[in-house]
Amino acid sequence: MSIAAPAAGRLDPFDLLEIDALLSEEERLVRDTVRGFVRNRVLPGIEEWFERGVFPRELVAEIAQLGLLGMHLKGYGCAGASAVSYGLACQELEAGDSGFRSFVSVQGSLSMFPIWKFGSEDQKREWLPPMARGELIGCFGLTEPDFGSDPGGMRTSARRRGTDWVLNGNKLWITNGSIADLAIVWARAEDGIRGFIVPTGSHGFTARDVHRKISLRASVTSELVLEDVVVPASALLPGAQGLKAPLSCLNEARYGIVWGAMGAARACYEAALEYARTRVQFGRPIAAFQLTQRKLVEMVVEIEKGMLLALHLGRLKDQERLRPEQVSVGKLNNVRAALEIAREARSILGANGITLEYPVIRHMNNLESVYTYEGTNEVHTLAIGEAITGISAFR
Amino acid sequence: MKIVVTVKQVPDPNSPQRLDADNTIARDGDVVLDPGDACGVEIGLRLKEAHGGEVVLVSMGPERAREAIRKALSMGADRAVLVTDPALEGADVNTTARALAAAIGSESPDLVVCATESYDGSTGMVPPMLAEVLGLPQLTFANHVEVNGSTVSVHRQTEDGYQVVEAPMPALVAVTAGIAEPRYASLRGIMAARNKEVRTVGVADLGLEVPAPAETVEGVEDAPSRQQGEIVEDDGASGVERIMALLQAAKVI
Repeated sequence: MSIAAPAAGRLDPFDLLEIDALLSEEERLVRDTVRGFVRNRVLPGIEEWFERGVFPRELVAEIAQLGLLGMHLKGYGCAGASAVSYGLACQELEAGDSGFRSFVSVQGSLSMFPIWKFGSEDQKREWLPPMARGELIGCFGLTEPDFGSDPGGMRTSARRRGTDWVLNGNKLWITNGSIADLAIVWARAEDGIRGFIVPTGSHGFTARDVHRKISLRASVTSELVLEDVVVPASALLPGAQGLKAPLSCLNEARYGIVWGAMGAARACYEAALEYARTRVQFGRPIAAFQLTQRKLVEMVVEIEKGMLLALHLGRLKDQERLRPEQVSVGKLNNVRAALEIAREARSILGANGITLEYPVIRHMNNLESVYTYEGTNEVHTLAIGEAITGISAFR
Repeated sequence: MKIVVTVKQVPDPNSPQRLDADNTIARDGDVVLDPGDACGVEIGLRLKEAHGGEVVLVSMGPERAREAIRKALSMGADRAVLVTDPALEGADVNTTARALAAAIGSESPDLVVCATESYDGSTGMVPPMLAEVLGLPQLTFANHVEVNGSTVSVHRQTEDGYQVVEAPMPALVAVTAGIAEPRYASLRGIMAARNKEVRTVGVADLGLEVPAPAETVEGVEDAPSRQQGEIVEDDGASGVERIMALLQAAKVI
């Protein structure tokens, strides 16, 4: 019937492989701190925010107070944490809701990172400290209505007028767009793709929210419209030239998703395990049925594998050895696995699984976005395909 | 002002509590900083922020208790002393209070802050005993603490309100869990805690003799499960009176 338990007692169903032991005390503390914040501040409100379709902006100050904004950057008021600590924070935030992880990813990896990496010293001093404090919110304008996976085709233009720049174009699917104080806008200039720090109060700049979303409802998604927006020469990110600059930002954000997806998956698995142990049908808990056990086991096996993968990539990143194709392996695998886990968890919860009373369908719907954004499953597949064959299938 | 806050690592209140074969609390599962102690740390930090000085943590436990100490250091405490010794395993409240007092005494603090009781043992005896051994005035059940010059005053929570009690410092204050919401450790705090001192001391360092426990737990039984209550059927006349009588007998009205 059962396999004898080892002397130490039952294995932890949430740490089957004892991955905890691979983390330092400091890393566990970061994780537990963010987990506590999510439990106390995110979970009590998330169902309502998701249902109403609002991002609780009032929590930004607390997220900043924790030091989560730009936490993996060094200097300029940022915490300077390790890549593994950043990953663990993303995991815990996304165990709450992908919208929160998205907020932190966009602020830290897509808005602060390009300034930190490609900005002038003056730009870093001006923007990064207030962004780390959560006083200024950023967004990242790369994707356009007609250019998603193929950003190199972008139509947004940057033309010189005297020493100023004039920006024109539309950006779509921009997280934090309408709540942002500044936008990192990527545009085609004479000498290729360039990046600009654009205050959202600039004349000719408007942000309109995308409504009727069924995914990432507790997150702001917007369209940015730039009509003859004039910015001074000092708005140009001097170190960013060509498409590889914005792609390197996305690589940073994807790294957080590798971890975050496993957080969402874990939340679904926890809900499914708890439900299966207590829901009685045919006189026994449904966890007693072999079909349910198989589902739960598939979930935990994929979660443990995904966490090991995330941790491995994190260790590589901390050694500054992590390559974009390796991040693609993590994003491809972990988001795909998380989505399957969410769907399987929903089936264990039966009809209850379709309500917001349980976290599962919320995560499931969120993960549909995560599956597509920051590089679709297909594009990551082809990036890895190119890495192993030496032949690009799309360029 | 030098403030000592006592902290303890306890089994995670969110996991099932177990006893070892000798009826002491099993500590090999998930463990956390005692949630009540986190409130004590918060009060210590607030007093330091208001009056300057230093917050020193004093804890007794196995080496593993460093994790709980690290958490409190990440919240902002300055340094820590961990009393750890195989001879202290399974210590009763008397030994615990004497060991903590020895470590605290050598710090000569202005104020000692304790939680009212620990989350696991819940005896509530260590803070008063600690005050006695240290010869300090004790202000207990505090849900508000203020320091004015060389006196400390608290709101001592009672069933129907509070008493204002004050004492000259040095003094010991035992705070209730509701006194303050403990802050989250920030990432900067967590990284700063890396370099903070955690000094370990054993019974020999403290010049302590560990007596045999004055009290041991001989047996533990589950509380009897609830019996079915009385069902009062209202026939339109006596139902209300019967329920009133039951409530009065139970002394709830």
